Amino acid sequence: MAQPVYSEAGSAKGLSLLPAPPAHLPLVEGSNSSHGLASLFSSWRRGTFQRGVHPAPHKGTLDQPIKRMPFPRKLVLPLAQHIGKPSVPLVAVGEEVARGQLIARADGALSAPIHAPADGVIEAITPRPNTRGAWTDAIVLRVYEASTQEVRCGEPLDLDTLDHTQLIAAIQQIGMVGLGGAAFPSHAKLNVPTDKQVHTLIVNGCECEPYLTCDYKLMREWPAELLAGIRIALRASGATRAIIGVEDNKLDAMAAIRPHLPADGSITLQVVATKYPQGAEKMLIKSLLGLDVPSGGLPSQLGLVVHNVGTLALLGRLLPRGQGLIERVVTLAGPGIKKPGDYWIPFGTTLRSILDWAGDPECKEREVILGGPMMGQAASTLDIPVSKGTSGILVFDKRMLEPITKQSWACIHCSECVNACPMGLNPSQLGMLSAKLEFDEMAEHYHLGDCFECGCCSFVCPSHIPLVQQFRAAKAFLRERKPL
Amino acid sequence: MSMQLRASPHLHSGRDVPTIMRHVVYALLPICGFSVWQYGLSSLALIVTVTLSCLFAERVANKLSGTVNTLSDWSATITGVLLALTLPPAFPLWMGAVAGLTAVWLGKSLFGGLGHNPFNPALVGRAFVQAAFPTAITTWAPAFAPQRFTEFIPSSLTLPLMQPNDISNWVAANMVDGFTGATPLARWKFEHFVYPMQDMITGAASASTGETSALLLVLCGLYLIVRKFMDWRIPVAVIGSALLLALAFRFFGGDEYPPVHLVLLSGGLMLGALFMATDMATSPVSPRAVWAYGAIIGVVTILIRYFGGLTEGVMYAILFGNALAPLLDKYLQPKVFGARKK
Repeated sequence: MAQPVYSEAGSAKGLSLLPAPPAHLPLVEGSNSSHGLASLFSSWRRGTFQRGVHPAPHKGTLDQPIKRMPFPRKLVLPLAQHIGKPSVPLVAVGEEVARGQLIARADGALSAPIHAPADGVIEAITPRPNTRGAWTDAIVLRVYEASTQEVRCGEPLDLDTLDHTQLIAAIQQIGMVGLGGAAFPSHAKLNVPTDKQVHTLIVNGCECEPYLTCDYKLMREWPAELLAGIRIALRASGATRAIIGVEDNKLDAMAAIRPHLPADGSITLQVVATKYPQGAEKMLIKSLLGLDVPSGGLPSQLGLVVHNVGTLALLGRLLPRGQGLIERVVTLAGPGIKKPGDYWIPFGTTLRSILDWAGDPECKEREVILGGPMMGQAASTLDIPVSKGTSGILVFDKRMLEPITKQSWACIHCSECVNACPMGLNPSQLGMLSAKLEFDEMAEHYHLGDCFECGCCSFVCPSHIPLVQQFRAAKAFLRERKPL
Repeated sequence: MSMQLRASPHLHSGRDVPTIMRHVVYALLPICGFSVWQYGLSSLALIVTVTLSCLFAERVANKLSGTVNTLSDWSATITGVLLALTLPPAFPLWMGAVAGLTAVWLGKSLFGGLGHNPFNPALVGRAFVQAAFPTAITTWAPAFAPQRFTEFIPSSLTLPLMQPNDISNWVAANMVDGFTGATPLARWKFEHFVYPMQDMITGAASASTGETSALLLVLCGLYLIVRKFMDWRIPVAVIGSALLLALAFRFFGGDEYPPVHLVLLSGGLMLGALFMATDMATSPVSPRAVWAYGAIIGVVTILIRYFGGLTEGVMYAILFGNALAPLLDKYLQPKVFGARKK
């Protein structure tokens, strides 16, 4: 495994000019962030947030390493795999491309380029189903059967010689986006506006969704790359310290990372309780630092920026080599998968080719979920490709579908949802208001806007009321009605 | 092969309404068993009659409103069993059936069934028969009568629409030492007699069918709390506030007020706090509202007992709490994460 080009000495030099974090923030590894009395118990109490749920982990293939899936015959690369403007194709139909070659450029500041995940020939540039199932423009690449795993494109970069603007540009050029699921262009998140200051980089290693293990395995297998990525992100964002937050069920990952931590304490590892949704930005900040991100606000208001471990590990791997983001680790799991595990899967690989290779043909009446089971979306067609934001592909069969869909009851006010909502909302009341279509009341008096759709309320609801879906519909209604 | 489409989350805790309700019924079974052991055939017949009348009422309501069969959600069973446990063991069976019909129809079906009812249906049923049959509902029978497993208490078998059969001869024939036909709270109110605590824990005092043994009630409640089928905050708030207030009265008011164990262990306080006030449909959901709701029930119970005409009062206190629950929820919303201070 290659050592990162970006040196530790360089980071220390680069950091010395930056402001120190506020004194009230703890800088001790493993310390709990609670203030006052609660800090007395920090030695035995893992940092955590209030409420939340404990779904069964279902993380079955932890002991296996990350494997590779063979190239499919065809790759479908939507031009909009990220939040922001779709990228602009640079290739024509019939053109031959090499693995790693730039095939679509970023369109403006909030956009990301696309690189070819395999050697092949451009077959079409035409609308195809994207990750959400909607038909949008995509580049269709026919893969050469002899395509190699080697990436020959890209010039190694000496990161020490780059100034801040060049660094941000380099991060954009490799097409890096948030791999946790949102696919927000990383360079845009790291490019902190000049009027704001970020003092702490939060590295999200929680992966609280059941079934998913891709981040866990990246932490375990690529700790050096992760640390390199953290140093790049520290420099790009101007933060002076990084805290890696890991749930206490990932001991192997922590053990792998610890030897790589610098002695100066600028990058620390902090253990948080295993609980869903620990990996949600606001929850993790609460668990690590005891701070509440204001309602409707962003972590940057508190001087924080949050990045996923998977994003930073790939950043640390690819940026020094100047290589584009062409594949990612995807967890394949669920009762309808015959070869469960974590695989490097090139972007553009369709669900159909993955399930032909790894799926269980016996599994009828199945639900294919993109992402985790709590927040992931069900795929409407198998023509949907893996894109930059796809962290997992789960195939559930009839047994898992029936218990929830069979019957529902009226709300019995059991208050389980209120005791589960990490945001402190009243899902029971919100659900009743949405049934009466009182969307304005929901937004004005019951904080609908604070719901980030983690699914805890629907998960616990004994009446099987699709609360989250009702809130999504209410939000969509309000969004459509109000011109932005 | 078919593709299923569902909205996230795709997992579920696995708990559903019938499971919760079924476990409440399980928790009530030992209490029923104990009361059958205490009062024999009459108690058994009362529990069965009231439960069947609730199930019948629920099914008729289903038919009339054209909804699915809701007997399978077990909620009508809970109503029936709980209602029977709040009635005196010698209560005429036909009156018990009336209570069951009223409980379900007036207390639940009229509002739209499970989850839509503002008041605890069992208590609505009991309030109805308390008003309709004031004598029968305050006629207590002795526990552990020698013939209890072979013959009914005469009043149980009263013909429908008739006044209850007189039980004084039967009581005299089955004389149990110290039986006066009055509950511990009534004896305090009228004679300032302090009932021994031991009798009230183990179930020797005169009382409603299911409220005699405080110890058993607590154990069954603990089962539900441990299995997370019950909100522990409600019984803690009800009993805690009643205890504090009773202690304060006893401390400052002296012997004019009853000793604390009488307050806590009798008059259905345990049964009400553990199994009635915790009825999910009629209690608030947000944490602060839950505490306030419990505390209000405890305080109102004490005020009714000390300053009202009734010797007990848990029933009306809970109905009062039920009425306040939506308001409490409205004004004591949960604290929203990251909410800006106004």
